[in-house]
Amino acid sequence: MNDSLWWVIIAIGVGTYLWRGSFLVFGGRLRLPGLVRRALNYVPPAVFAALVLPGILQVQADGHIDGPKLAAGMLAGLVAWQTKGTIITLAAGMIVLWSLRALLPG
Amino acid sequence: MAERRAAVQAGLRAVAPMVAAVIPFGVTAGVAGLDAGLGAALTLGMSVIVFAGAAQLASIQLMDAGAAAPLVVMTALLINLRMLMYSAHLAAYFGYLPLRWRALMAYILTDQAYALSVPKMMNNASASNAHWFFIGVAIPLWVVWQLATAFGYWAGTAMPASWELGFIVPLIFLALLMPAVQSRPSVVAAVVAGSISVLGGGLPAGLGLTLGALTGILAGVLAEQWWRHE
Repeated sequence: MNDSLWWVIIAIGVGTYLWRGSFLVFGGRLRLPGLVRRALNYVPPAVFAALVLPGILQVQADGHIDGPKLAAGMLAGLVAWQTKGTIITLAAGMIVLWSLRALLPG
Repeated sequence: MAERRAAVQAGLRAVAPMVAAVIPFGVTAGVAGLDAGLGAALTLGMSVIVFAGAAQLASIQLMDAGAAAPLVVMTALLINLRMLMYSAHLAAYFGYLPLRWRALMAYILTDQAYALSVPKMMNNASASNAHWFFIGVAIPLWVVWQLATAFGYWAGTAMPASWELGFIVPLIFLALLMPAVQSRPSVVAAVVAGSISVLGGGLPAGLGLTLGALTGILAGVLAEQWWRHE
């Protein structure tokens, strides 16, 4: 199993280096079409939102939602939006989550 | 020579707060590798070979969920696609440097190194030494990333599950998301991507995430088109 995971990591590493080096190393004459360049602008918001939301809005099979996680995530989102600080965002989210877990029964 | 040293030192000063913010991120990647049962070699090897936090965390999550290898690779490369934008921007200013310089800069290119170097390379007074500034910014990030993932892997067993440290992962992505949402079309991209990703939670591991990201990008482009014609 671990052998195949090494190949996954190597493939990601090589691919990532191709992205990083695309213009800087390999692409003296590389030109991207305008549509692709515009689409690239939306990679960060789309990818990060797709990564964030399922972690914060956890819906169980019975339709039950993890309330403390949702509340902590929303408050951390507000902090991130206002401060743009990483550490303060992490601290706010974790403190709210731990507090709600301690205050709310089961 | 003195100017080079000054440029490296300016980079070190600029990156110091970023380095502090990267530590919990790297520790989380180490803990995630441990929790997923990847083993020390794979977890630490990943930090050297991939050296991109968001992609590392997402791919560890997917491997842990048993996602198919092509889906893991595709998702990680989609997450890292933004590096292409950075590369294009940097190449416009650093294209004159020897190949070995550019090859090294590509390997240590990160969100933070890019973001901090843009004002330096665009300023005429500092542009000739901007690659030294880049080194001053990017090398500490690389070193701290390796140390932080190693520490996370090593110390992870001492952290009880009740701390729910896994919740740091979406919080980190939240901190990366907010600065990326600067325009109405980018809000549309984020909302569509997030919604599809949640709705696709029942699909095979990784599929909802990839599908959400792709539809979000498409929605952003369409929204931009829509508002332009209005």
